[in-house]
Amino acid sequence: MSMNNQGRPTGIQNTDSAVPETVTGNRGLQIEEPLIFEQDSAGRCGVDLPEVPAVGPRLGAVKPRGRIGLPGLAEPQVVRHYTRLSQKNYAIDSGLYPLGSCTMKHNPRLNEKMARLPGFADVHPLQPESTVQGALELMAELGRWLATLTGMAAVTLAPAAGAHGEMCGIMAIRSAHDAKGDKGRTKILVPESAHGTNPATAAACGYAVEAIPATEDGRVDLEALKAKLGPDVAGLMLTNPNTCGLFERDIITIAEAVHAAGAYFYCDGANFNAIVGRVRPADLGIDVMHINLHKTFSTPHGGGGPGSGPVVFAESLAPFVPVPYVVQDKDGAFRLVEQAGDGPAFGRMKAFHGQMGMFVRALAYMMSHGADGLRQVANDAVLNANYLLARLQDVMTPSFEGPCMHECLFDDRFLKGTGVTTLDIAKALIDEGFHPMTMYFPLVVHGALLIEPTETESKASLDQFVTALRALAERAKSGDVAYFQGAPRLTPRRRLDETAAARKPVLRWTPAVEPETVAAE
Amino acid sequence: MRYLPLTEADRRSMLEAIGVPSVDELFRDVPEAARLSGPIEGLSNHMGELEVDRALSAMAGKNLPAGSVPSFLGAGAYRHHIPATVDHLVQRGEFLTAYTPYQPEVSQGTLQVLFEFQTQVSLLTGMDVANASMYDGATACAEAVMMANRVTRRKKAVLSGGLHPHYRDTTTTDARFIGFETVVMPPAPTGGEDLLAAVDGDTSCVVVQNPDVFGHVRDYTELGKACQAKGALLIVVVTEAVSLGLLTPPGAMGADIVAAEGQSLGNALNFGGPYVGLFAVKEKLVRQMPGRLCGQTVDADGRRGFVLTLSTREQHIRREKATSNICTNSGLCALAFSIHLSLLGEEGFTRLAEINHGKAVQLADKLAAVPGVEIVNGSFFNEFTVKLPKSAAEVVEALAQRGILGGVPASRLFGGGLDDLLIVATTETNTESDMDAFATALAEVL
Repeated sequence: MSMNNQGRPTGIQNTDSAVPETVTGNRGLQIEEPLIFEQDSAGRCGVDLPEVPAVGPRLGAVKPRGRIGLPGLAEPQVVRHYTRLSQKNYAIDSGLYPLGSCTMKHNPRLNEKMARLPGFADVHPLQPESTVQGALELMAELGRWLATLTGMAAVTLAPAAGAHGEMCGIMAIRSAHDAKGDKGRTKILVPESAHGTNPATAAACGYAVEAIPATEDGRVDLEALKAKLGPDVAGLMLTNPNTCGLFERDIITIAEAVHAAGAYFYCDGANFNAIVGRVRPADLGIDVMHINLHKTFSTPHGGGGPGSGPVVFAESLAPFVPVPYVVQDKDGAFRLVEQAGDGPAFGRMKAFHGQMGMFVRALAYMMSHGADGLRQVANDAVLNANYLLARLQDVMTPSFEGPCMHECLFDDRFLKGTGVTTLDIAKALIDEGFHPMTMYFPLVVHGALLIEPTETESKASLDQFVTALRALAERAKSGDVAYFQGAPRLTPRRRLDETAAARKPVLRWTPAVEPETVAAE
Repeated sequence: MRYLPLTEADRRSMLEAIGVPSVDELFRDVPEAARLSGPIEGLSNHMGELEVDRALSAMAGKNLPAGSVPSFLGAGAYRHHIPATVDHLVQRGEFLTAYTPYQPEVSQGTLQVLFEFQTQVSLLTGMDVANASMYDGATACAEAVMMANRVTRRKKAVLSGGLHPHYRDTTTTDARFIGFETVVMPPAPTGGEDLLAAVDGDTSCVVVQNPDVFGHVRDYTELGKACQAKGALLIVVVTEAVSLGLLTPPGAMGADIVAAEGQSLGNALNFGGPYVGLFAVKEKLVRQMPGRLCGQTVDADGRRGFVLTLSTREQHIRREKATSNICTNSGLCALAFSIHLSLLGEEGFTRLAEINHGKAVQLADKLAAVPGVEIVNGSFFNEFTVKLPKSAAEVVEALAQRGILGGVPASRLFGGGLDDLLIVATTETNTESDMDAFATALAEVL
């Protein structure tokens, strides 16, 4: 076997050699970890608590509850449980995480440190405004960065995630039409390649959804769009750069057509990281756009959240910004506007003022990069994606001609006749130590593989990824179907039966004895 | 720019591999008119770690941390002691920097945590199943109402006047856009709310909060039965999760859906977010739930494992027919919740709830002794409302000048009115001397 200078085999090895079973089920550092409920020992507690005050209860007619059914563990047991579980996760700290459209980039620890300053982490949302001037200043400053980077007139920081930001934007569009007394606009146009949240959002705001097809070159079909625009259309939801990783070349023409029809132009800003510092969305004619702070400005994804989805508004929709928002008085003091009042603002989207913890992280990232560095962020994100496209295009099939933006899209034509699927390639990549790319999305191409390296990957890590993917593509073409179907082999679990999970859902552990609902008399 | 690993030499050789002369060439699809030639004006250029730390620390320094003074703020966000272990574990990179567990073979850590979280929430609320968390309690409440409308095919919801106004507003905003009617009862701080009178054949659900925003605790068993008889669902909202350690759980009162805020366990105040919405339902409603669900299954070798499941309800498959547009959860906050609850365990959690309640009883007695102060509640958990002889907002400002965060004026939440009501909360973090200082200062400012 040939090895490179870091001791890694450079060719694909047969990994089917028998691994001896162990008595415990553990395999070296891979420890089998039972559910926390299976480690119960009644009476143990991992927290030292003071005495209960010696006073009588004041619960009125409500009865104190009985046994809940929670397990009891001491602190070291809890530490071990979660440490062992953490070791069963792939993470950006472990390696390349090329999930297209998800933007998994380095999460700087400075951001974490700043978010934990007591002045940010330990302030209550309803403290008197005089005691939280710094927090309000931070919100105002973040809003200023977002407005400046996008060229927009107004910002709300309230939405809790990108999809929540979409709702906010579509609600603003609806409010604007309502304010004009224009009640006949019942439709939102959404390209076929859109994120699934786009049509779901439009529907959740009471709109009918109409799809716009894509052209041969992966963009919105302008003629089809124009044909659908009319007095019944409230707005267009477009992702730019789009989910095929391409810039919508006709975007200014699209904006003009949408506006000419009396509709508004919503942009899904999930991919803002590709153009930050190089293009201001306002200059493209966009009326409203959300920004996933966690993607462009690197707040950690935490295994699925929390996110944060501020929304920027052009002049056209600025009056409809929901509460709460921060204003600065003439004397320099910051103030929160928390009630919608009689103005055109449409209301409130969540409790309190938004994802403050995420705001701190995002601003720390912005300040670290600065205006000059954010432009370099977009440059490197785009350069890395185009580099992958160039290095892989002869063994895999790019779906569209380049250049791509921050992600590159392939489809499964290169697997035709091999018996190997997109899913199989993904699972084989796991054994190579990589998190797979996004698969089967966007839906506009068959068997999609959407790869987003981000700007925080080195050339060396990209080259290693290219080497692995090229080898897998060649192995697939050589007809070694069994190898792929058996993958992954080296993970804590092998392929999981998702059909069984959905058919007979087991969504919780159930105690052997039912807990009591109220305490025994 | 220490986060960017490419060197100039790397960039040159990569451009060569691509076959373009410059990176600008890669942006050639951007319309000429919209291309920026240099950095955007008005923003600072890159700063080193020390400079960013200094700038943000200065901003943080302008705030008064709740933990640095006696603090009695609640109304949907509570300052509890978070064991050091919680924050240490959530900062493990494998949890912190992982994504949604789309590849279950390398995400068993996150998935098992979610399965355990779902179980914990089910047990606490007394419900059959819970999801893998929502954005926060308010959005969970709004989603619960939307779900009730879907399930019952009725278009009206009755919201208690004791529901947190932010939850009420979040729900009415969502409902209005989809054409659902919300009947909002006026706030009744001293009780006497007749929710059933507002329920008719069009009512999909009745939403109550326990303890309510004024701190009252009530038994909703009879209301639940009455709702059921009229074909409406009972939605119980909980903003203080620690109360579930002491009070009859919503499930035992007949709740069909529970929407709660989980911030109290493992999550800092964070000036209002991120928090963690809890969402639990009766078994028959599982397939109508919004949000993510983790389920148990087996792998190719027959070993127990976990996957995201029932995604046919979700936006990435059903698009405009999805149960909601949500495509994320509060993963990391749910993890913090779960770790804190695991540390507490049965004994600890129950005792924590008893301490919280006991502290509130102590404080209520101390404040009741202040001339002019009247305690509004006959029953409460760790929060109650006091009636003052003057504007609560002014009192709170005057207390802040004396270094005490003395509760939330009801007028701040309700946007005016109820000017003489102050909502006061205690937790295990309040000492006897905090309470004495509060009572003394309150007597001084009245």
